[in-house]
Amino acid sequence: MATAAETARAAEARDRRDRWLLSAPGLIIIFVAAIGPLFVMLAYSFMEKADYGDVKFGVFSLEGWVSVLFQRDIFDDTLGLADAHLSILWRSISLSLYTTVLTLLFGFPTAYFIATRPATTREVWVFLVTIPFWTNLLIRTFAMQQVIRNEGLINTALISLGIIERPWQIMNTDLAILLGMTYVYLPLMVLPLYASIEKLDFRLIEAGYDLYASRWQVLRRIVIPLVKPGIVAGSILVFIPSLGAYVIPRVLGGGKSMMLGNLIELQFGAGRNWPLGAAISITLMALVMVALLFYVRNVSRSGASHG
Amino acid sequence: MKWKTTTAAAAVTVFALAGTASAEGELNIYNWGDYTSPELIKKFEETYKVKVTITDYDSNDTALAKVRAGGHGFDIVVPSANYVPIFVAEGLLLEARPDQMENFKNVDERWVNVPWDEGRHYTVPWQWGLSGTGVNTKVYGGDINTSAIFLDPPAELVGKINVAPEMNDVLFSAIKYFGGDWCTDDKELLKKVRDKLVEAKPKWLAMDYSVTEKLPAGDYAAVFYWNGAIMRSRIKNPDIKFGYPKEGFPYFMDSVAILKDAKNVDNAKLFMNFIMEPENAAMISAFAKYANGIKGSEQFMPDDMKDAPELVVPAEFEAAGEFLLSCSPEVQQLYTRIWTDVQK
Amino acid sequence: MARRQRAYDIRRQPGFGLIALFTFFALYLPIAALVAYSFNAADSLSRWDGLSLRWFISAWNNQAVQDASIRSLLLATWAATLATIAATMAALATTRTPNYPGLTFKYAFINQPLMVPEIVTGVALLIVFSRIKVWTGYTGMGYLILAHTAFCIPFAYLPIRARLESMDLTLERAAADLYATPWRAFWRVTLPLLRPAIIAGFMLAFVISLDDVVITEFVKSGGQDTLPTYMLGQLRRETSPEINAIATVFLALSVVLVTVFYFVNRRRP
Repeated sequence: MATAAETARAAEARDRRDRWLLSAPGLIIIFVAAIGPLFVMLAYSFMEKADYGDVKFGVFSLEGWVSVLFQRDIFDDTLGLADAHLSILWRSISLSLYTTVLTLLFGFPTAYFIATRPATTREVWVFLVTIPFWTNLLIRTFAMQQVIRNEGLINTALISLGIIERPWQIMNTDLAILLGMTYVYLPLMVLPLYASIEKLDFRLIEAGYDLYASRWQVLRRIVIPLVKPGIVAGSILVFIPSLGAYVIPRVLGGGKSMMLGNLIELQFGAGRNWPLGAAISITLMALVMVALLFYVRNVSRSGASHG
Repeated sequence: MKWKTTTAAAAVTVFALAGTASAEGELNIYNWGDYTSPELIKKFEETYKVKVTITDYDSNDTALAKVRAGGHGFDIVVPSANYVPIFVAEGLLLEARPDQMENFKNVDERWVNVPWDEGRHYTVPWQWGLSGTGVNTKVYGGDINTSAIFLDPPAELVGKINVAPEMNDVLFSAIKYFGGDWCTDDKELLKKVRDKLVEAKPKWLAMDYSVTEKLPAGDYAAVFYWNGAIMRSRIKNPDIKFGYPKEGFPYFMDSVAILKDAKNVDNAKLFMNFIMEPENAAMISAFAKYANGIKGSEQFMPDDMKDAPELVVPAEFEAAGEFLLSCSPEVQQLYTRIWTDVQK
Repeated sequence: MARRQRAYDIRRQPGFGLIALFTFFALYLPIAALVAYSFNAADSLSRWDGLSLRWFISAWNNQAVQDASIRSLLLATWAATLATIAATMAALATTRTPNYPGLTFKYAFINQPLMVPEIVTGVALLIVFSRIKVWTGYTGMGYLILAHTAFCIPFAYLPIRARLESMDLTLERAAADLYATPWRAFWRVTLPLLRPAIIAGFMLAFVISLDDVVITEFVKSGGQDTLPTYMLGQLRRETSPEINAIATVFLALSVVLVTVFYFVNRRRP
């Protein structure tokens, strides 16, 4: 006869089994169409490239990884730094950092503004941020293009005001990509910041003023430390997609100002170097992981719950 | 039970709608962007009750990479002359024998025994033209009949130039600029070519194919591009002038080919035959403004094409033109590496 | 305790209001420009020739746009449905339980698509799917549906899991006490309680699928353009304000969906 403990253990085992069965479809789909292919790509990064795309299946080569950072000179076959790749890597990282800073500069006051509205109108402001957030990224990029192109809003306005004579070339420059990413990813900064500021205990601020702190001191010493988890969360949410941006530089960068995403596409398309493309993809993923680790460490160290 | 059957029926219906419907009545064309006449497609669809889908590409390399990867789902591709041998060698094309088709008699003899497809066993002519410069003369008034427009751009044009993202045309012009021959493997010269292109690239604004809109609108002040697109730009904006680079310029021909793994081979063959009809070939040219290689199509062409300065090569520049052919694989590989250096 | 009256509002930070208003202005100006230009009568984006609906009509009559729209909607319906079913099951399997071996693994697995840049997933799928396409000869919509379902699952999962975690267990216990089979208890009690979250999850997944451009761009075969990939192709050329008209309609659709989502979520019992 089974003891109570045995029955309980059997029930627990059954529960486990049911839980695995229940989660199986989701796990399988994600494995087949998201995680599994990443491992295949990892394998491809160690194979030799075929002449017109694809790889020589099963032929081991480190060439893909070597050419992420180095390139053989066409004329004397010496190995040097691949400055083209390095400059694209640098552009990706620096533009993503600038984007994060810009969205923070505009997003923080905006989130603070929303959080300090009366409860009745607050929802409306949040809703106004949510709408662009859920609008197609491509459409928002396209909308930005209408503003910055040579015949767009900014140039038309500046010319008709007589400030400039010839259109100010923004399209197809790094500035265009920066403006586009700031515009598109701004809601990703505002929403977590808002969630964090909303929870702020304003009695602490009052205490600060009671101790004769200036507004700037209150902001710097009380508000910012308290909402730090929100700032970190927002920064990560902006930084990560910026780093992997593909559509924005493609539409606003004119095929000349490339970011990592476009470099990857080039290798799988006209560049016809799949192992290199795979190696750059994995590099990009590693950068994202570093950013995520930074996030996890910062949030856990600050000890506060993040919003 | 009833609920189950209804769901199953609904599922089957949606899958049928979502999946590729039966191969009949469809044709998937993979062609250069802004290159296919919508009227031509409409006429083909109505004549043969076939639904045509067109997907764009922006360079021979892109098309080759996508087709080479497999599972592309296209029936027809339109590679340039120098890429046809690569497509054939890689086993990507179907030997469709257009030379045995009814309308083949209309193909101009000049385009039958071509080096990239002797006797036309794989391809039929789509359009041919040449690469040159297109300059907004309001921005720059100097000599435009030179590759210096994009290789050593005058100050007025710096930062406002668009260059076709097509390896062979750009390299051809740059090699000729230094007095070399196409398909040369002279490393001294090629080093100069590479360095010149790398030096010039920061002075370009874009390497894109949106010329017919952006050149007339003033987004670009100069382009290195194909004559038909520049003619279309000039029609929209008379300040645009076409230049024949005196150092040398390449002629090209793009040809229609059927892919080996095409699902709609019969319709693709119908299409091949269809575009060799002079009236239909004229529609292709009327849209994209390039010559087509089909005899008798001239009479159906719009008048503005007969004496267009972009299409009728002036006698003084005739000697500078040369047909762009494929080089040996070794040279081709060398060129690809130079191009990769430039493109990055 | 009486609050001391201050001469100023302690919450106010100087300049923040102005920056915030500028931000809202900047957030909506491009969208407004896009919508305005879609009503432009001129042939080109460079000129304004007065109001007209001609580009909406021309978009409506454009066969490629029609096909792409229908394909987008079908794809989103399929992906969102499959993702919601899988996500609901996964949520049931990962909530209301003490930690068990593999639970953290499941969380990480389900949220994985959120962590990897789309371009990376896109090219990885290109590698795998193009090979499968050659092997099987099947090039249909199945690949897109599968890929979309995968990245929609975490979005559908979020609201359903949140709802399950905050749900009252007493009703289910009562059902069990009344000798309802677990299946009946689920069907009659748990599922109705979950419905708002399932709808929310479905809508999130639907919008995410509808918006996707990068992964679709790499997975699609010939003739499988969705509305976003069709637009991406057109954007590089800017042929006509027709693209604005399409974008405006797409925009309106998104706004409607978000609004509905918002109200569904607010009216939770």
